[in-house]
Amino acid sequence: MRVLLRRYSREASVAAAYAALLALLAWQAPRYYQQQFAAVWVSIAPVLVLATGMALVILARQIDISIGWQLSVCGVVAGLMARQGVPMPAVVALTITLGTVMGAFNGALVAFMGLPSIVVTLATMVILRQGLAWARQGEAVYGLPADFQWFGQTQAAGQFTLVVVALGLFGAFAWGLRWLAAGRAVYAVGSDHEAARLAGIRPHRVVFGVFVLMGALAGLAAMLQSVRSPQVDPNAGKDLELQVIAAVVVGGVAISGGRGTLIGVLLGVALLGTIGSALVFLDVHSTWQRALEGLIILIAVSSDALRRRAAP
Amino acid sequence: MAALVRLASVSKSFGAVQALKGVSFELQSGEVHALVGENGAGKSTLVKIITGAHRADSGTVEIAGQVVRHNDPAVAKALGVATIYQQPALFADLSVAENIALRMERGGLLRLVRWGWRRQRAAELLDRVGACISPDTFVRDLSMPQQQLVEIASALGAEARILIFDEPTSSLSEREVENLFRVIGELRRQGVGSIYISHRLEELPRIADRVTVLRDGGYVATRPMDEVDRAELIRQMVGRSVDAVFSKVNVPLGEVVLETRGISCAQAKVRDVSLSIRAGEILGLAGLVGAGRTELARVLFGLTPADAGQVLVRGRPVTIGSPDHAIRQGIAYVPEDRRRHGVILEMPVASNATLAILRRLATGGMIRFREERRVAESFVERLGIKTASIDSPAGNLSGGNQQKVALARWLAAEPSVIILDEPTQGVDVGAKAEIHRLMCEFAGRGMAILMISSELPEVLGMSDRIAVMHQGQIAGTLDRADATQERVLAMALGHREEGAA
Repeated sequence: MRVLLRRYSREASVAAAYAALLALLAWQAPRYYQQQFAAVWVSIAPVLVLATGMALVILARQIDISIGWQLSVCGVVAGLMARQGVPMPAVVALTITLGTVMGAFNGALVAFMGLPSIVVTLATMVILRQGLAWARQGEAVYGLPADFQWFGQTQAAGQFTLVVVALGLFGAFAWGLRWLAAGRAVYAVGSDHEAARLAGIRPHRVVFGVFVLMGALAGLAAMLQSVRSPQVDPNAGKDLELQVIAAVVVGGVAISGGRGTLIGVLLGVALLGTIGSALVFLDVHSTWQRALEGLIILIAVSSDALRRRAAP
Repeated sequence: MAALVRLASVSKSFGAVQALKGVSFELQSGEVHALVGENGAGKSTLVKIITGAHRADSGTVEIAGQVVRHNDPAVAKALGVATIYQQPALFADLSVAENIALRMERGGLLRLVRWGWRRQRAAELLDRVGACISPDTFVRDLSMPQQQLVEIASALGAEARILIFDEPTSSLSEREVENLFRVIGELRRQGVGSIYISHRLEELPRIADRVTVLRDGGYVATRPMDEVDRAELIRQMVGRSVDAVFSKVNVPLGEVVLETRGISCAQAKVRDVSLSIRAGEILGLAGLVGAGRTELARVLFGLTPADAGQVLVRGRPVTIGSPDHAIRQGIAYVPEDRRRHGVILEMPVASNATLAILRRLATGGMIRFREERRVAESFVERLGIKTASIDSPAGNLSGGNQQKVALARWLAAEPSVIILDEPTQGVDVGAKAEIHRLMCEFAGRGMAILMISSELPEVLGMSDRIAVMHQGQIAGTLDRADATQERVLAMALGHREEGAA
């Protein structure tokens, strides 16, 4: 038990922080649970999906900062397709395909041309953002068919579907990362690219693969994001990459690759996703929300550094 | 003669581990003082207390006649301490002159850089250490031994009086060692004191005046070098007598497993290499550093694929374009730089041991964890890997044990050919004998072993045949019975022997 606690100390402390926050709400503002708890989980469902992909990318010692605008583009395209009368299942499939293609583009440049991922995805981020701004002039996609919002279900059922899809996907990836040989390869490449190559793993394919998965997940997250409202906002993904990276890092995935678990990422997403609305209910001014998020990130990262220094 | 360093009953512990137990040590001016002991004997800790990287828990530290209470790297440097590491710590993208200047120039950030003076000073210092290097060369373009000379030059530039050499010759070839010793000897005459750490006991009589032996963090003895021999040092280091250093077991040889016919690779600077290894055979690959031994290994393993010639595995021509291909042909490669690429430090011992056989361990992509643990546990037991658990990160293990984990990874893959690049470099005497025993054991099971080693006695002691490389080519091949240090060295220096097979 103690060994487990030490190995998963980050996961344990983020879980403790989340539990403490929930307990504080139960004590100080019990109405939170009627009014907000479910809504928060619905709103973080897309973030969780993105964070799952981002965790893979960061574990492989890469980064993808274009995901926010990948999501925006996918969402707008999904809306336009639905408005043109494309049936919903096809919209979902095509949107995920579009995300996959964008991920493959990033992945090919990084993996096969050896370009640094931060530069490549910075470039694609700007291209996607400006392309979208030019195409939409900031205008939302209105006039969506009835079966678009909540996939045509009632709000309650739709919300439930969203959370189930996000958690199910997360579960599948958490399982795969531990139980599949491919998951082990992601850790190996992220820890030591050259050592992985010497062990017979093909690091290029692994890096390409994580970007492709990231893109596919961004496409799916775009669906989960856009079906929540009656119109598609072209700025839905603005700054989302920062929120996602923050959640992944708080969850204990080392930015230097090779270390971390998806359970930690789930907890990181939950903690950072809850803190904003919780503060409103606890009567803390909303300006403090961002500051507190920053503080949580700093605490998480420095606790790592301190622990590493304490170890012999 | 004045004492440059004097440590009196210094102790230091890290948590529960007592790294040094009341050790005393003295370095005179104009002396080369060797420091020997198995890995974990406390050599590094002792040195780090002198350089200020660690602070002693008790005891007194005296450097250059001053009692230093709160030593730190800046204090030690100001008192004239400089360290030459095994892997030089220079700025690869700066020129040699700039690297030297960084160590010796003082002053504010706004001072003007006197480029001409810098270059001239660097040239003088390089000359003093006998290095034919232009001060304008970028460090990136220098070989390892050249970088080492730059390190020494910059230490001299910083007016160092106490030089610490940490395994300086472990990757140098014989000629480069010769030059290094000449430089150290020159410095000795100038009154510089050197502390010399090395696992190569045979070279100590050539360079050291005195030798201090440490064992398990404790002080064993300090003796004049000419009064002790190698066997006695080993006895003191391990606390017991080692009879045969090389326990080579001869096994019957089988068919030819790997054969190359005139393979070349322009990128790796390997030219026209033809050699063959039989099952059960240990083929030693000797040569100077830079002769292309590691490069040849990388070609055979598909890291830099050959662009001419033929590779045959069990008589069938094969193409090896990537490590993946090599592994499928039953070729394994344990690289030289294990600290960086032999094992993955963050990964548990178990995952490290099974990384090369993931495909075999997985059914439909799914890892069978119970099988993985079984494989890992059996190797930990068979190779005697000292680890708290198979779930501990490999980074927590000592160097010798990391090397065994790297070996375990490839032995698990049951290759027909294994290439071992400097398998015992920087490993203590006990672990070394253990690795040699394992090599014989696996050769006995019909594995073909290609062993690269810069240590001549190891090559001579362990190989059935010895191939010597010179400038990317095979200079000649010797049978075990015919091989002597002199003949191997002569070939490595480029004297091609007539009639050698």
